[in-house]
Amino acid sequence: MTTPVTNKGARTADIVQASLKKRYAKEQRFKAIGLGAIVLGLTFVSLLFINIVSKGYSAFVQTHVQLEVYFDPAVIDPTGQRDMEQLARADYRQLVRAPLREMFPEATSRRDKRALYSVLSSGAAFELQQMVMADPDLIGETRSVWVIADDEIDMLYKGYVDRDAPAIERRVSDQVIGWVDTLEAKGLIDAKFNTRFFTNGDSREPELSGIGGAISGSFFTLVVTLLLSFPIGVAAAVYLEEFAPQNKFTDMIEVNINNLAAVPSIVFGLLGLAMFINWFGLPRSAPLVGGLVLTLMTLPTIIIASRASLKSVPPSIREAALGVGASKMQTITHHVLPLAIPGMLTGAIIGMAQALGESAPLLMIGMVAFIVDIPGGPFDPSTVLPVQVYLWADSPERAFVERTSAAIMVLLAFLITMNILAVVLRRRFERRW
Amino acid sequence: MNTIETATMDQDAVATGAVPAATDQAKKELDKDFETVGQVRVANPRMTTTAVNVYYGDKHAIKNVNLDIGANEVIAMIGPSGCGKSTYLRCLNRMNDTIDGCRVTGELKLDDQDIYDKKLDVVPLRARVGMVFQKPNPFPKSIYDNIAYGPRIHGLAANRTELDEIVETSLRKAGLWDEVKDRMDQPGTGLSGGQQQRLCIARTIAVSPEVILMDEPCSALDPIATAKVEELIDELRQNFTIAIVTHSMQQAARVSQRTAYFHLGNLVEVGETTQIFTNPTHKLTEDYITGRFG
Repeated sequence: MTTPVTNKGARTADIVQASLKKRYAKEQRFKAIGLGAIVLGLTFVSLLFINIVSKGYSAFVQTHVQLEVYFDPAVIDPTGQRDMEQLARADYRQLVRAPLREMFPEATSRRDKRALYSVLSSGAAFELQQMVMADPDLIGETRSVWVIADDEIDMLYKGYVDRDAPAIERRVSDQVIGWVDTLEAKGLIDAKFNTRFFTNGDSREPELSGIGGAISGSFFTLVVTLLLSFPIGVAAAVYLEEFAPQNKFTDMIEVNINNLAAVPSIVFGLLGLAMFINWFGLPRSAPLVGGLVLTLMTLPTIIIASRASLKSVPPSIREAALGVGASKMQTITHHVLPLAIPGMLTGAIIGMAQALGESAPLLMIGMVAFIVDIPGGPFDPSTVLPVQVYLWADSPERAFVERTSAAIMVLLAFLITMNILAVVLRRRFERRW
Repeated sequence: MNTIETATMDQDAVATGAVPAATDQAKKELDKDFETVGQVRVANPRMTTTAVNVYYGDKHAIKNVNLDIGANEVIAMIGPSGCGKSTYLRCLNRMNDTIDGCRVTGELKLDDQDIYDKKLDVVPLRARVGMVFQKPNPFPKSIYDNIAYGPRIHGLAANRTELDEIVETSLRKAGLWDEVKDRMDQPGTGLSGGQQQRLCIARTIAVSPEVILMDEPCSALDPIATAKVEELIDELRQNFTIAIVTHSMQQAARVSQRTAYFHLGNLVEVGETTQIFTNPTHKLTEDYITGRFG
């Protein structure tokens, strides 16, 4: 075997050697392109995160002003009977304004006083009312209370207001800036952790607004979606994979399911509006309807993932079960499904993560309304987190800019957690046999 | 009429004159309505099959086979690859139902009951006719649950004690009890190949079948494990009827009382094992035994 097959006069080894340089160069280029693509992708993701976090992190603290509040019984409870209704209807604004006047007696004119009172949020009085209702023994006492400041003051304290700009371009006047600086010098103004961001519902006042309502709405919507889409999706996948005969009809069903996964999500919203709200008469803006619409959207994802998972169960297990005398249903429920569940779960989690981030279909069914109350169940009107972000992004107040970014951070945190959970589950349950 | 595809080796052999024309002639005989040579029927059969034909789509895989499986005997089915012995075996417990496009005609009876009757429930049939597969396939459950699964779903045990008894008896019969009695909770897939196959045999006998079908049970095992399984088959013969497909003629000679030789879908010859291996009647049988082809 001395004559090589590809005889060109030169030894094969020499030809191969000559071509090596080009081949390796090609490989290196290909590797570089792949690496470059990854770096590009990572760069953009990092830029996205840096942008959002830098804008949003300050929303997690809220400026408060410390006041010596005298819970004047003459204002709160003139009759002295501690009647709850009377306590609720008292004018607590007087209680917050009194200490301000004492601190800054130079504000005498009506306009000055109004400017002084604007340092505090309109919700400050309400929070005092809550304190008294919870503990009526406060009446007659003097306490040091950290009261919530107005959103303009919040922006000023966090450094978002340009002090060098001319006064007309600023929303806070020099006078107010002077007062705030005085408070700061005395240590009476501070930024505390913004719990209201997580507990309150939406509000026109940025300092009082929170994603509590949106989180509840998202939670109820996702619960409805999960409870509906997982059983239906798994059952459909089991039927298509195990029981359906191989004919044109089932082929058509398969094609349609794959197509549904590609339909724009807003179309599902239109369907929800027409069918669920118009025809079935379900309540508008309710997580129930949102859940139904999102179920339609995630069903193809779950069906496709479940089928792949069922296919991956080796036929030897099925044969073994059938050989022992198990019926088809027993084979599926006792042997195939337990082995396929991890893959189905992964598909479900990914489907839920997608549903969590959807806003377009929910806009159509009315979850875009301004809803203040936190929903108590799936039938109360509510909004969801992505829609809340959309609404806040439209609001003019400066303070909503940081809150929008903070809400996005919370949403991203949930999505990342869910995706990590899916990956962890998949790794843990891979190839248990 | 389907033509039989003859092995190319044989065509070459015939062309070069190495194989006598008699073999060629013998093969041509299979084309027409061929009648099996030897004792097809037995005195007290457990299963009887008459005029069995199996089609995979258009392919005629089993051609007009008549065969009895005698009670408490081991019958070995041998033949070259692709001759249909596994297909025939799978007909006996209707495992061919799971294959799309597979059609079975003919009369197959278990204790005088037609097993392909439309009204017959296939689930109890498979409890009475068990199967051990080529590659060991224990369930990904504990060893205990592997054995207990069959009795559980058929309701063979009234309580936990009875179930424990069934599990222990099956494992003892399969010769596996001493090796696994201390680790009954561990997964069945953690055992060695030979142990897994014996586990599968124990699983099959746990439902007390009448017939056990074995499809090349030792082909994935090493010689020592093979020897253990063959020993087991010999012991099981006292209580069960066993039909074993094997591509090892030595194994067939060791374990079986009757042997059936299949060739490309036809049952060519059947008879006492010693007779088949020392003095076969049909030419094709003789050629296979002596190693002319396989």
